[in-house]
Amino acid sequence: MNRENISDLSYVNQPVPKVDSGSLVTGKGVYTNDLAPSDCLIVKIVRSPYAHALIQEIDTSRAEAVPGIVCVLTYKDCPDKRFTLAGQTYPEPSPYDRLILDQRMRFVGDAAAIVAGVSEEAVRKAVKLVRIRYEELEPVLDFRKAKDNPILVHPEDNWRSLCQVGADNKRNLCAHDECGAGDIEAVLASCDHVVDRVYHTKANQQAMMETFRTYTYLDAYGRLNVVSSTQVPFHVRRILANALDIPKYKVRVIKPRIGGGFGAKQTSVSEIYPALVTWKTGRPAKIIFTREESLIASSPRHEMELHVRVGADKDGRIRGIDLYTLSNTGAFGEHGPTTVGLSGHKSIPLYGQTEAFRFTYDVVYTNVMSSGAYRGYGATQGIFAVESVVNELAQKLGMDPTVLREKNLVREGQVMPAYYNERTDSCALDRCLARAKEMIGWDKKYPFYECGNGKVRGVGVALAMQGSGISHVDTGAVAIKMNDDGFYSLMVGATDMGTGCDTILSQMAAECLECSMDEIVVHGVDTDISPYDTGSYASSTTYVTGMAVVKTCEALREKICATGAGYLGCSVEDVQFDGQNVTNLKTGESISRKEIGNKVMCFSNEALSASEAFSSPTSPPPFMAGIAEVEIDRETGTVEMVDYVAVVDCGTVVNPALARVQVEGGIAQGIGMALFEDIVYNEKGKNYSNSFMQYKIPSRLDVGKIRVEFESSYEPTGPFGAKSIGEIVINTPAPAISNAVQNAVGVIVRELPISAEKVYWGIQEKKDK
Amino acid sequence: MGREKIQLVWYPSDIPADIKCELRYIRQVAYRERRTVVLTISNYVKAKTLEEAYELNQARSSRVMGGMMWMRLSSAKVKTVIDLSGLGLDQIEETDKVFKIGAMCTLRQLEQCERLREEYGDGIREAVRHIVGVQFRNQATVGGSIYGRFGFSDVLTAFLALDTFVELYDGGIIRLSEFVNRKPDRDILVSIIIRKGKRKFRYSSIRQTQTDFPVIACAVVTGIVHGEESWYFSVGARPMKAALTERKWQLRPDETKEAIAGYAKEIAAEFDYGTNMRGSAQYRQHLAEVLLGRSISSILTEEM
Amino acid sequence: MEVRFILNQKETVVEAAPDAVLLNVLRDLGCKSVKCGCETTNCGLCTVWIDGKSRLSCSVLAASVDGHEVTTLEGVEKEAEEFGHFLANEGAEQCGFCSPGFIMNVLAMMKEFEQRAETSGRTEDAVPDVEEIKEYLAGNLCRCTGYMGQMRAIQKYLSEKKGVRVG
Repeated sequence: MNRENISDLSYVNQPVPKVDSGSLVTGKGVYTNDLAPSDCLIVKIVRSPYAHALIQEIDTSRAEAVPGIVCVLTYKDCPDKRFTLAGQTYPEPSPYDRLILDQRMRFVGDAAAIVAGVSEEAVRKAVKLVRIRYEELEPVLDFRKAKDNPILVHPEDNWRSLCQVGADNKRNLCAHDECGAGDIEAVLASCDHVVDRVYHTKANQQAMMETFRTYTYLDAYGRLNVVSSTQVPFHVRRILANALDIPKYKVRVIKPRIGGGFGAKQTSVSEIYPALVTWKTGRPAKIIFTREESLIASSPRHEMELHVRVGADKDGRIRGIDLYTLSNTGAFGEHGPTTVGLSGHKSIPLYGQTEAFRFTYDVVYTNVMSSGAYRGYGATQGIFAVESVVNELAQKLGMDPTVLREKNLVREGQVMPAYYNERTDSCALDRCLARAKEMIGWDKKYPFYECGNGKVRGVGVALAMQGSGISHVDTGAVAIKMNDDGFYSLMVGATDMGTGCDTILSQMAAECLECSMDEIVVHGVDTDISPYDTGSYASSTTYVTGMAVVKTCEALREKICATGAGYLGCSVEDVQFDGQNVTNLKTGESISRKEIGNKVMCFSNEALSASEAFSSPTSPPPFMAGIAEVEIDRETGTVEMVDYVAVVDCGTVVNPALARVQVEGGIAQGIGMALFEDIVYNEKGKNYSNSFMQYKIPSRLDVGKIRVEFESSYEPTGPFGAKSIGEIVINTPAPAISNAVQNAVGVIVRELPISAEKVYWGIQEKKDK
Repeated sequence: MGREKIQLVWYPSDIPADIKCELRYIRQVAYRERRTVVLTISNYVKAKTLEEAYELNQARSSRVMGGMMWMRLSSAKVKTVIDLSGLGLDQIEETDKVFKIGAMCTLRQLEQCERLREEYGDGIREAVRHIVGVQFRNQATVGGSIYGRFGFSDVLTAFLALDTFVELYDGGIIRLSEFVNRKPDRDILVSIIIRKGKRKFRYSSIRQTQTDFPVIACAVVTGIVHGEESWYFSVGARPMKAALTERKWQLRPDETKEAIAGYAKEIAAEFDYGTNMRGSAQYRQHLAEVLLGRSISSILTEEM
Repeated sequence: MEVRFILNQKETVVEAAPDAVLLNVLRDLGCKSVKCGCETTNCGLCTVWIDGKSRLSCSVLAASVDGHEVTTLEGVEKEAEEFGHFLANEGAEQCGFCSPGFIMNVLAMMKEFEQRAETSGRTEDAVPDVEEIKEYLAGNLCRCTGYMGQMRAIQKYLSEKKGVRVG
């Protein structure tokens, strides 16, 4: 396969509908709660009203007396062995700082007790009757004051950090690191211009439409079966074994269809509760998080404060970037040590010719809900800061921000020191930016134009990158077997969370095996059956698992040839397999795949199957340019989205329809982050953004027009030249929209979201000057 | 305007008491200790007559249900919920003198009523079209919106500026402006009556997302009342329930921008404003000035 | 209490508590297409028709549909499949969790605009324009798609089924 013959492909690079679309659009019951047996115990959590407290006494007697209540569990019923809920490869960088239930409450909404019973009504009643006496403690709520604060979020002695991430629970520190290349201070000191700014991004909710949910039961072998809406079934198996302190072979995890994840379900938010109930009672149990629970006790994006300095010479050559990120991991450390890394490693390398960079960070514990993984995974926050400061630099230089970028952006073949010295083997970022400018009409519109009635429209730009899987860590294994009549079963451990990876991997398999997609069956993940996969996160599925599909198909084709040659009584060198038949090229004699499939089944032959795994030494970044056009009402500060153009280089586009929707969806989420979404706590740590009434995700009236194109490069290490697409798409809207506001009315809002009120006060401030 | 001010807005440390009352309905005042918020109902009665509904409603533990939009989010323990949907209160009737809007009319009916549109222009539609979505407006009732006297109510803000009365089963017909300030009692709201008269009506609001609660909502009405040109201004979502003020002003179509801004400022200053998640008091007052000014100038420039 | 209603063209009788909400009753009756996304009337996932009009089943007391007609996606499977085909071609169902509620409201919109045309006698009224579509469907949230693909699906559906281009 090479870049020339992409257009000859039958399935890859085609807009094939998703393999499960038929059941989804007719509303079939394919999601976790649709499948749960009706005799499941209902599980609910009693949650802490305090941001920081110690449980002094729990009286469960009245709750237990409610008819229909089967158990009320407290910290006394849980193993005192800490673990993490982060869905990461072992040994997890996230510290082991959790218990299923703890005596210490660390945020408003933390789990204090578990109630299970036969009906919703009984459990609700019992939840109210659990009497808990708390000793209220002073919380740490300001993440700027958390490090070395005398109040500790995790004072406990059995807190553990498995990896060297600079964590220290006695300093409220979940991670710390410093890295760089060159002498950043010297470079900045010699620059003609240095822009020094602080940006603040807020915690955001993934807000997938299906909340967290799980049901559990014991099977005939006494094993714990877990059906869950998760992105990481194999990690959940380990997490539950850790949490319950039982061997992994006792746990089986099954993933049905998922109603969206965006990283939220890369943390095992809901599984431990029904698992504990089932393990204790032997009875099936299920938990369905309410939307409120999903908004107050889940795994949102890490709030970050980013202090960035950028230096350039007077012609606009960017010479050095210095970034310090302070990240708020909240009450627990899930994904804390890793997200922060991306804030520098996936923002600084966008500028290819810097002489020096430095990237320092602290990740701190506070008494708000724990953060987790959200699409973009720290890169989003870092890119907001770096792209915004580059836009401010452009203003200082009096230069068009797209021109400044054209001078500096990373190009194919360059080595990126801030990206672990990887070389870009595929990069069309320059073409992406050029095309995006063309699409929006940048040269005509920049910086702004009047539209009458006191309204003005501005345009703004940002670039982004991400990775494709975690190098050396992410593993995707795939197994394919041939069945009777010659159809194939494709077994993957990668989890389709609605994004369509079952489809994309089937497309690749059909392409490699030269058969129709109907002849390939694929199903959800079952840890007992599916080959190991780290899971669907870190933009890994298409690239990592896709490559495993390609390798597996190659291996299987060889076996088909060998078996076919055996049946034809000739040497394997003489046969060719065209997807339908194995043909002896010397005699013209052939045997069909169907015959081979049936023969293999009927006689005592070795079954035809192959399994290969793939893990990549690199993580080739996709690239993207985004340009926003916004309309601002000067009198009210209201910002309205008019148009958003995005041009993406994700290598070969495996499925243009699905990729396009991924991009549009990521941009809409990014627009939400830029303009509306905010998790607001009061001074006692209570979360006000506890419903869709208060946490406002954009409706179709709020996103304007979103237009997407692809400028493909060809990634030599990826399947059919593909790289990732899932995460990068959320990274440009915040800085591009901020830049558009800057260009329209001269106001720079450095703290998200860019609300109308902030813009209004900014305009007033300018007037006062 | 300093940075501190903005910060303050986004981390509201103290929510004013009057907003607290509103927020009880929408679950924003979060967690009391045992805070599973559930509405329980022991009895559902579809009333056969208004009299029956009224009698049932005399018990403290009874509730009249409108569209069930807000009540379901409350944590009330209701003994009897009274459904008025069988009483034919879902009609918009018109006579020479009035429009009579049954309490069980949906917001969608208001939005789609051609006669109201002919009489008051796009204002009525504008007042409801941002409310969540079509499904919601197919369900939420005019009676529920008015009876609730919610601080965020667009419907209340709009009707308050018109010549509007409410018909109560026991209390008879009283002005909406009077009803707004009454404490909720056990009476039943039967209909909303708008007295006709040549009026010009404008409605506008500012919202964070298009289907969110308003940050501010303004209605402006003008017409000849007792031979005098009169202006009525109602401002809601301050964030407190809408209030009304009026002026006997004779404005010329060619009033200067500055003059109009002056009038708007004067009116906006008559109301009090509060701070919550959606905006500060100061910003709300400013928005009220802008919207009132725009409405006044839109009315003045409308062709006679 | 006993509630008698017509569910997807079938006479149905259920025993429901006075505070049971329609959403849960429908799911218990096997209509698994009806999803709960927010509990606060904001998301549109639980959209069903009551007497032909789109409503939010999370906020309807089951008791109050006594004597009425309720339709879920299961009751309009053919139309759902027909439109769903366009949605799938755009990849705009993505996770699919909001699709049932969304499709119910799309079909309600199509019906309502057809009725509008019948009343007005103007055939052009049968097809909503882009702004009307957006406003009609504003109560259906979707977190996956950014809404553009859904709009393309509707436009293609209208152009194929009604021969009208919606620009």
